[in-house]
Amino acid sequence: MEKRVIFKGWMLPALLLLPQIVITAIFFFYPAGQAIWQSMFVPDPFGLKTQFVGLGNFEYLLGDPYYRASFVTTAIFSGLVTVVSMGVALYLAILADRLIKGSGTYRTLLIWPYAVAPAVAGVLWMFMFNTRVGVVAWYLGLLGYDWNHVLDEAEAMGLVVVASSWGRISYNFLFFLAGLQAIPRSVIEAAAIDGAKFWTRFRTIVWPLLSPTTFFLLVVNVVYAFFETFGVIHTITAGGPQQATTILVYKVYSDGFVGQDLGSSAAQSVILLLLVGILTVIQFKFIERRVHY
Amino acid sequence: MSDQRGMVQRRGLGHWFTHLGLIIGVLFIFFPIWLAFVASTVTQPEIVRPPMPLLPGGHFIENYSKALFSGVNAPVATMMLNSLIMALGITIGKIVISLTSAFAIVYFRFPGRTVFFWLIFLTLMLPVEVRIVPTYEVIANFGMLNSYSGLIFPLIASATATFLFRQFFLTVPDELTEAARVDGASPMQFFWHILLPMSRTNIAALFVILFIYGWNQYLWPLLITTDPSMNTIVMGIKQMFPSGDDLADWPVIMATSILAMVPPVIVVISMQKLFIRGLVDSEK
Repeated sequence: MEKRVIFKGWMLPALLLLPQIVITAIFFFYPAGQAIWQSMFVPDPFGLKTQFVGLGNFEYLLGDPYYRASFVTTAIFSGLVTVVSMGVALYLAILADRLIKGSGTYRTLLIWPYAVAPAVAGVLWMFMFNTRVGVVAWYLGLLGYDWNHVLDEAEAMGLVVVASSWGRISYNFLFFLAGLQAIPRSVIEAAAIDGAKFWTRFRTIVWPLLSPTTFFLLVVNVVYAFFETFGVIHTITAGGPQQATTILVYKVYSDGFVGQDLGSSAAQSVILLLLVGILTVIQFKFIERRVHY
Repeated sequence: MSDQRGMVQRRGLGHWFTHLGLIIGVLFIFFPIWLAFVASTVTQPEIVRPPMPLLPGGHFIENYSKALFSGVNAPVATMMLNSLIMALGITIGKIVISLTSAFAIVYFRFPGRTVFFWLIFLTLMLPVEVRIVPTYEVIANFGMLNSYSGLIFPLIASATATFLFRQFFLTVPDELTEAARVDGASPMQFFWHILLPMSRTNIAALFVILFIYGWNQYLWPLLITTDPSMNTIVMGIKQMFPSGDDLADWPVIMATSILAMVPPVIVVISMQKLFIRGLVDSEK
């Protein structure tokens, strides 16, 4: 789409574009280029010189069992976060959609955790399950369950998944409720007249009509789980125990800043860059389809 | 016409089960925050001897004033001010540069226009998390560690807002531009007096979303603010935990957690319509 009516000149638009171009060049393109450049070098042990290794860092990473484990961890983590946060949100949205009055009130009550930062959510959940003072951990102990996410890998993963999904339910709820409310009542009533029960109606009408929303949320939630959950992991487990919750973004941070392995960290950034690129393409392909829907 | 949903609306028992299900959901969402609030109103001994109470105690003012005015590493009031400056800087900065560049891209033809558009477009969705090491080096070379500009600029470098305003400008009728030109308005007069007022709602919706985004940043402030007086509140909470086996000052930490969520939560609740609109817009 293009404007038919435009203004003349090139000095003014150049000036108008300048701030964004400068900021994007300095803080985006230059660092992204640096990441690609650095990913092809290895610093010597004293950090005085660097040696060109080509794709050596990538080769090393793909052969590194820790890095491969981090891939698996990321897949499990984002899969669980996506399913848990979308599942709970869909359930609540279906309930809220059934109400004639009051769905607005529930929406207000349910959406505000969106505003709680992942890092703060991490602190809240870590407090509840803290092995020394946590209330939930204490009551679990009363029931005979010895909770210790500091030592147990599965419990650590469970806790970061729940803490990451918790605030995300709001977001998914909002989109699911909007999607459900956009389905014409007449279609559902017609099915009801034909004798279709709730589950039949849901399976044959609501779910297919909701699929654009579901697919959109799927992509967005995977992106969220990949990048925005750093705060949750850093506050609750710091990637442990034994790297059981070290997702890819956490590894870029811990190798780059804690381990000071710049070449490897840069190579990991490049791999993440590619992953985001793929996710973006998927999202845009989908959005194009939704427009024609 | 009060009951438009007719037969698909459950009545009686089913109706109450619907409410029950939703209330359980709301309680699940509220529970962690309720516990944090309770913990912020009791004393340290009450927390470290589990189970802690489930109803608020009487130490609200004591804990909150301790957090706000002395804190652990830095007063929380200072951290909140830092967060506010960072959030507003990101929000206003991004909106301003995006408005002007979207205006240039939509309303002018100049050499390289498409190239610029795609260059900006490339930055969509590439979060700062994937380029942290080189971006950190840029900031360090500019001497921008522990500074507001270091906190703000790298997070402005993304094109979501530009893209959004471009989409909106494309829907503005050409007749308005034509009329403005006939009346002899310069491009900037058209921008100020016609385009900006028309974009008010979009700007406000984006403001809400970007404010929350900026306030809730964690990784970036964690990397570049080593000086406690430059910490933001969201990243400062974790810094309040002692390293090693010392006992954390839970009431103060929990008071800080509550303080960290109050501003963005107020923004979401008080501007709910704009917030929802902003969310939907920015994901379109």
